[in-house]
Amino acid sequence: MKIHEYQGKEILRQFGVPTPRGKACFSADEAVAAARQLGGALWVVKAQIHAGGRGKGGGVKVAHSPDEVRSAAQQILGMHLVTHQTGKDGQVVRRLLIEEGAQIAKEFYLGMVIDRSTQRVALLASSEGGMEIEQVAARSPEKIHTVRIDPVAGLSATAAAQAARDIGIPDAAIASAVTVLQGLYRAFVEKDAMLAEINPLVLTADGRVLALDAKFNFDSNALYRHPEIVAYRDLDEEDPAEIEASKFDLSYISLDGDIGCLVNGAGLAMATMDIIKLYGGNPANFLDVGGGASKEKVTEAFKLMLKNQRLKAILVNIFGGIMRCDVIAEGVVAAAREVHLKVPLVVRLEGTNVELGKKILANSGLPIISGSDMADAAEKVVAAARRT
Amino acid sequence: MSILIDKNTRVMTQGMTGKVGQFHTVNCKAYANGVNCFVAGVNPKKAGELFEGIPVFASVRDAKAATGATVSVIYVPPAFAAAAIDEAVEADLDLVICITEGIPVHDMLRTRYKMQGKRTLLIGPNCPGLITPDEIKIGIMPGHIHRKGRIGVVSRSGTLTYEAVGQLTALGLGQSSCVGIGGDPINGLKHLDVMKLFNDDPETDAVIMVGEIGGSDEEECARWIKGNMNKPVVGFIAGITAPPGKRMGHAGAIISGGQGGAEDKLAVMEECGIHITRNPAEMGRLMQKILKD
Repeated sequence: MKIHEYQGKEILRQFGVPTPRGKACFSADEAVAAARQLGGALWVVKAQIHAGGRGKGGGVKVAHSPDEVRSAAQQILGMHLVTHQTGKDGQVVRRLLIEEGAQIAKEFYLGMVIDRSTQRVALLASSEGGMEIEQVAARSPEKIHTVRIDPVAGLSATAAAQAARDIGIPDAAIASAVTVLQGLYRAFVEKDAMLAEINPLVLTADGRVLALDAKFNFDSNALYRHPEIVAYRDLDEEDPAEIEASKFDLSYISLDGDIGCLVNGAGLAMATMDIIKLYGGNPANFLDVGGGASKEKVTEAFKLMLKNQRLKAILVNIFGGIMRCDVIAEGVVAAAREVHLKVPLVVRLEGTNVELGKKILANSGLPIISGSDMADAAEKVVAAARRT
Repeated sequence: MSILIDKNTRVMTQGMTGKVGQFHTVNCKAYANGVNCFVAGVNPKKAGELFEGIPVFASVRDAKAATGATVSVIYVPPAFAAAAIDEAVEADLDLVICITEGIPVHDMLRTRYKMQGKRTLLIGPNCPGLITPDEIKIGIMPGHIHRKGRIGVVSRSGTLTYEAVGQLTALGLGQSSCVGIGGDPINGLKHLDVMKLFNDDPETDAVIMVGEIGGSDEEECARWIKGNMNKPVVGFIAGITAPPGKRMGHAGAIISGGQGGAEDKLAVMEECGIHITRNPAEMGRLMQKILKD
């Protein structure tokens, strides 16, 4: 689960990581009031969306007066901010962060990830702040310093200080950098994060170390023990179809094609998308109804797919193991009737009670096209989508 | 022969008395030699009771001492599953199979750390389990789609494994053992570990390896295969059409930071001599063709 920058900074401050003072705002008036309250002569107006690259897209502006804060806020609020992470339609900006400006002497990068191959939390630190770490990794990998952290000992002050020196933080600021690194690690572990980034971490002209940005992604499997993180959830930043799906314990991801897929199991669901593409079609979604799909779940899954206006055909691909094919077939028939299905439906069933399942589909009176195996079903659904 | 488990394996079930545990214990017990294999359950609150004739013990240690079981299968809910693995490791079991989906990643990091230097092997979590056809099934896969034979199957997915197995069986190609290693980012045995076991198993002639986007386990396995494997391997990677940055159902199935994409994995696998297919309907037929050639 992702959160906004200003929320990430709230978490960082709880763990002793210094950030600029700032305030989240929802209107230009609030932004001006926040700027006056913060005081000073320099402010930064930052769009709050769950995507990186906001600066390049015009979502971050520097203001030298409350009037400039107002006009920047007016420009940014409501804009469709397009970045390399938003897709071509961009993301509507509904929230701003107004912050006091900082005199930046130097920028650094700090990141924390779960390193799958060593099964450790890894700290990534680089002197190349403000850039995307993927670009640094591609161009000058030697500038990324990686520290794999022992889960029992944690990130020691010695290791943190070494990492800070490695990326060129001056001696006078090492102690502050250690506080930042250890705070970031504790936040990462205690809040069950999967990814955290401070990019940039800056050294100010007066020698302070500040987190100028904060990005977090949390483990959705651990949210049950973090109501404070769940409270940060911003549904405006999520795909409505994916939110709807999560209510019914369906795993759904919107794609840009026109063939809906309903599959049991994540691996088979991906493979079904792949085979549709292989046969010349384009999948409209990833949809895993899970191992124990009930009639109700199948019906909700159909409703969800049909909300997509582009949808031209549907492929149901079920390998019934524990789940019996006759039960699935009854669910598909009931769902197709309930939603008054207008687009062609291809069904491929395999596994327990498959013959009975196929009979139920054939006797339903519905124009269901039967696929004998995955390839046959994919070919048929692609052809059906072309005819629609 | 087979890998990891056979008809002489003795299994305890942690979480046997919950709804999921009950259902799958009944099915596992009914498969092949299951009635002799599934000898114990673990639940501190129900020690001394029986479920389907299987005695329940207070702890893994008690169950091991009383029955000689050396393998455990776990259906415990996600919030408690990592602790259940820890208990099995502490009791020095040979093998733990964790079916549970949804265990927090940081829990698994701590559990894997504690497993260092211990002899216990872990399969999963978030996996269908493993089966040696006509001998024993430990997990949630449908037993009847399998046939005894000489093809090994290793996969990160559940139903996609059944798809591969179904294709093999339909072509008359039986399986030696089928291992679902699970879809989580932090797990126990990897493709590579299982591949080594298949390579050493005299009753396995060839292997189907089913991977998916995320991580680099398939690449590591492929590089090992290039220099060491003396049996043919057929490979498929799910998720060619998956968009980057999105978790595709499995917690571990995500392309992040430009890494873990299906095409990259397939390229490495092909370069390492694995017979790859981009068509998930062709896994069985490709294996058949290779065995004939």
